[in-house]
Amino acid sequence: MAEVHIPAMLRELTGGRSTVEAAGATVHEVIEDLERRWPGIRDRLIDGGRLRPNLSVAVDGEVSPLGLREAVEPASEVHFVAAIKGGA
Amino acid sequence: MSDREYAVVGTRPVRHDGADKVTGRALYGADFDAAGLLHGYILRSPHAHARILRIDTSQAMALAGVKAVVTAADFPQGSDRMVDLGEGDVPLSYVRGNLLASGKALYRGHAVAAVAAVSRHIAEEAAGLIEVEYEPLPCVLTAPDAMQEGAPLLHEDLKAGNAADHHQFAMGDIDAGFAAADVVLEREFRTATVHQGYIEPHAATALWNNDGRVLVWCSTQGSFVVRDVTACVLDLPVSRVKVTPLEIGGGFGGKIPVYLEPVAALLSRKTGRPVKIVMSRKDVFEGSGPTPGSYIRVKIGARNDGRITAAQAYLAYEAGAYPGSMVVPGAMCIFAAYDIANVAIDAYDVVVNKPSTAAYRAPGATNAAFAAETVVDEIAEKLSIDPVEFRLLNAAHEGTRRADGPKYRRIGCVEVLETIKRHPHYNAPLEGPNRGRGVAVGFWFNIGFASSCNISVNADGTVNLVEGSTDIGGTRTSIAMQAAEVLGIAAADVNPSVVDTDSIGYTAVTGGSRTTFATGWAAYEAAQDVMRQLKERAAKLWGVDAASVTAEAGVFRSGDKVLTFGELAARLGETGGPVVGRGAVNPKGVGGSFSGSIADVEVDPETGKVSILRFTSVQDVGKAIHPSYVEGQMQGGSVQGIGWALNEEYYMSPDGTMLNSSFLDYRMPTALDLPMIDTAIVEVPNPGHPFGVRGVGEANIVPPPAAIANAIYRAAGVRMRRLPMNPPAVMEAIWSQRD
Repeated sequence: MAEVHIPAMLRELTGGRSTVEAAGATVHEVIEDLERRWPGIRDRLIDGGRLRPNLSVAVDGEVSPLGLREAVEPASEVHFVAAIKGGA
Repeated sequence: MSDREYAVVGTRPVRHDGADKVTGRALYGADFDAAGLLHGYILRSPHAHARILRIDTSQAMALAGVKAVVTAADFPQGSDRMVDLGEGDVPLSYVRGNLLASGKALYRGHAVAAVAAVSRHIAEEAAGLIEVEYEPLPCVLTAPDAMQEGAPLLHEDLKAGNAADHHQFAMGDIDAGFAAADVVLEREFRTATVHQGYIEPHAATALWNNDGRVLVWCSTQGSFVVRDVTACVLDLPVSRVKVTPLEIGGGFGGKIPVYLEPVAALLSRKTGRPVKIVMSRKDVFEGSGPTPGSYIRVKIGARNDGRITAAQAYLAYEAGAYPGSMVVPGAMCIFAAYDIANVAIDAYDVVVNKPSTAAYRAPGATNAAFAAETVVDEIAEKLSIDPVEFRLLNAAHEGTRRADGPKYRRIGCVEVLETIKRHPHYNAPLEGPNRGRGVAVGFWFNIGFASSCNISVNADGTVNLVEGSTDIGGTRTSIAMQAAEVLGIAAADVNPSVVDTDSIGYTAVTGGSRTTFATGWAAYEAAQDVMRQLKERAAKLWGVDAASVTAEAGVFRSGDKVLTFGELAARLGETGGPVVGRGAVNPKGVGGSFSGSIADVEVDPETGKVSILRFTSVQDVGKAIHPSYVEGQMQGGSVQGIGWALNEEYYMSPDGTMLNSSFLDYRMPTALDLPMIDTAIVEVPNPGHPFGVRGVGEANIVPPPAAIANAIYRAAGVRMRRLPMNPPAVMEAIWSQRD
């Protein structure tokens, strides 16, 4: 199962755990698996069928442009990170 | 380090747009002209916070030469919704509200109405005839004040009051980390609101054409953002808006937001004529987006052996009138240079009665580094460890995890610090009274996002390259060079064009240090596509299998058959017609960049004036595609960081009026104020990019204020904890130490 790192502000939903394991072939499926065990986490991550505004997902260290559709391997590390925008 | 040899990448060809720029022929936003052109003028609020009770435009409309007046009531009045405008989702009401105030003016300079007339002077005179009845409200100007209970509220719909958003990053056990420390320091910092200071003011022309299409010509960092915002605000499909980007005289993040185009379009719809609006410098300062002022508290603990055991930060950034202050990137960067097991960060995005803030070169990171790097320096001193050695002991490296997310891939933080350590500047003696040397490091990300590029082959062996990234800092050339490398031709044989939004696929902003990375990657893909097709054409000419054709350094071969790129290009007509390559990417593989500064200063103990004696910028750039432009970015970022450190601030009266809204009074450093900025390029190639590119444009602004603060300490014995460190601030620090 993939190792999912829970953002600090969502750890209230996972009993304070910063990392949990979850199953799924895509980020979306991983979130659905998290939702089964920690109800309410889906709505904190997804809005209107997409990752919530200003949130990105990184799989194995790479921020994904595919978001919920990004593939996840059993040994993957999944992070929900703040989306970074433009500058210079 | 980068040891790969390339034919074009890493060389210094003349930039393609150089002749137009140096002869003054390049067309910028305000240069645009059209038959029947009208001139627009924006009326702005004289109050920092006020209810708008009534707007009467009748006298303005009656003035001879006036053709139209618009207010927020002229926007389509649909219900509010979240819109994705390439910079994340934002409420449409905020976007419209910042273009023309509706209900309340939230800062002095907030646009309230706009006039189109036959001349700018008549438009300005007419704006003075618009009667606006205001009910002034108390204003609030800093994040700590805005977070106080009972502070004036800007937006009644924000559930948490003025603190619009709160983010937390945490890793390890922060209490155990501090318990393990031998030294713990906690310090408070404040930084002023500063502006990007681009030389060219915002300028836009719009024509609402008879066929229902809106045509826009403007100065922007993102033509597709302008298209999408204009379409969204005017409730049009994106296909009904075409944006032609003109040359851009600086942006630094400040030309990502849209201020004028939809307003000019509304005026054009009413008049049937093109309308141009050009901001004055005062408009730019008061009505466009500066970077946030901030309040930051940093606590760091370390053992006597020099290892940092815990780091904690509290950041509250001023978003200005609408949420979105870039406090999150600041929080992500604040300890990014270090490998620390126990970290806790709280970040607050706070609305205040100042202009809605915008990105500014590594947005949020410079404020954060000023705080963190000053405390790091102080701890190193307390532990009697050389400041560079202390940073090396704790430096982030491949595998280090930041508190906000994944582990770093290959990064160059250690290499930057080692370069500083052995640099002649760091090792040169600094003699004389009141002089000191300081160092600091900083980090900024690199973003991917979508880019598109087309390449067509000309019969004379050159190619035309079409792209959607507006050119800042020579990106036409840095993108063209990557195509040239693949094609095996000279950079001068690539003719790059930045085109309108109808003529190229979607391309995200020139920002986030992404253009040479992502649009360069699109050019790489388009060039690869051209090469695949050319090999097939050569195979057709020779009657061989395309798989047998090789290409190297612009020469195609199969057995004993040979054609140069130019010879093959001349024979496309007989092998099937034109060859056009396309590249469209939305890449992963981004590589963040670390930068370091070495600053020597002299402090006048009588006046508090700080002079920069010598300054060196060191940066890991991945692979420098065009080293001259990389050096230019490092120098430019350093100079902006020096200005931020020593002079620049929105000097505000208590009623929210900016008192220094001209370049005479908003003092930015010039060539006369500074020594030559020395540069040291470090190349740790980014394994995620075909040529190893990392973002270059931003990290260099992050460490200068902290490096200068640390240098001031060694020169004058005072720790500076407020930006700018101008003469009054330095004297205040010196006097308080004497007391």
